[in-house]
Amino acid sequence: MKYENIILLVLVIIILVAPMIMYNGLGEDQGMFGGSDDKGVDVIGELDHSYKPWFESIWEPPSGEVESLLFAVQAAIGAIIIGYAFGYWRGQSKKD
Amino acid sequence: MHIMEGYLPAFWCIIWYVIMIPIVGYGIYQIKKITEEYPETKALVAVSGAFMFVLSSLKMPSVTGSCSHPCGNGLGVALFGPAITGVLATIVLLFQALLLAHGGLTTLGANCVSMGIIGPFVGWIVFKGCNKVGLNTKVNIFLTAFLADIITYLVTSIQLALAFPLPSFAAAFPKFFIIFMPTQLPLAIAEGLLTVIVWNGLIAYKPEVLEKLNAITPQKA
Repeated sequence: MKYENIILLVLVIIILVAPMIMYNGLGEDQGMFGGSDDKGVDVIGELDHSYKPWFESIWEPPSGEVESLLFAVQAAIGAIIIGYAFGYWRGQSKKD
Repeated sequence: MHIMEGYLPAFWCIIWYVIMIPIVGYGIYQIKKITEEYPETKALVAVSGAFMFVLSSLKMPSVTGSCSHPCGNGLGVALFGPAITGVLATIVLLFQALLLAHGGLTTLGANCVSMGIIGPFVGWIVFKGCNKVGLNTKVNIFLTAFLADIITYLVTSIQLALAFPLPSFAAAFPKFFIIFMPTQLPLAIAEGLLTVIVWNGLIAYKPEVLEKLNAITPQKA
């Protein structure tokens, strides 16, 4: 089907935009859109008040900006590899 | 699904490492073997790892009002099985533990077992089963990716409840389950759809390699 991938992408966008429309105007200050990983940590704290993490990350991004840089780098590395491979295959299939 | 650094008691860190290491070791052996046998699979291993790199970096908002990230483990497991997926997940998790303070070195074993091994393993069983009964390959890869994602978070909930069975496993498990699973449901659907898009590309350009890996049957290509 010609438009299959576009339809699939639109569906993904709908799934991801819907929460932001549903909770329009709410944000971090209202306790929204936090990470579920952090909530897991909160539950551990509730269950065991005395639990202290016994090991700390050997390095942490010094700020949210640096963290977002490194997340973008992670996505970019993956995207470059996927784009390179698919571009290469597409070129190959056109030559044949 | 990342269990944060230091948040698993040492006993459980060791347990999950003990389960992870032989499987990841076998995965490394499998990658060597399969890329020697079919050199054209090298690019597919790279794309599977890259897909996991991209998807696990994307923290997506969910209808529950929390954010979480997909795993990207469905593609690799459909093509190469859970051991190789475990190797790819280890690379991703190491990157995140060392550079992003996401997850951790002590919890790497547990995180790898959920995202790299058990989640993908369940997806793989379903993928192979549905392949056998001749389910449409696109529907199949959607189901595989959806399940690999959802089961990953289910395993994380179990791992946390096992480590903190307070007052009992049965009491702790629903508390972890409820923060991960509802949030993950729409994101797993999104992950399934994204995996179908990449799958469509592979079917279009590399059907012969997919057939060699028994990921599709010739008449369906």
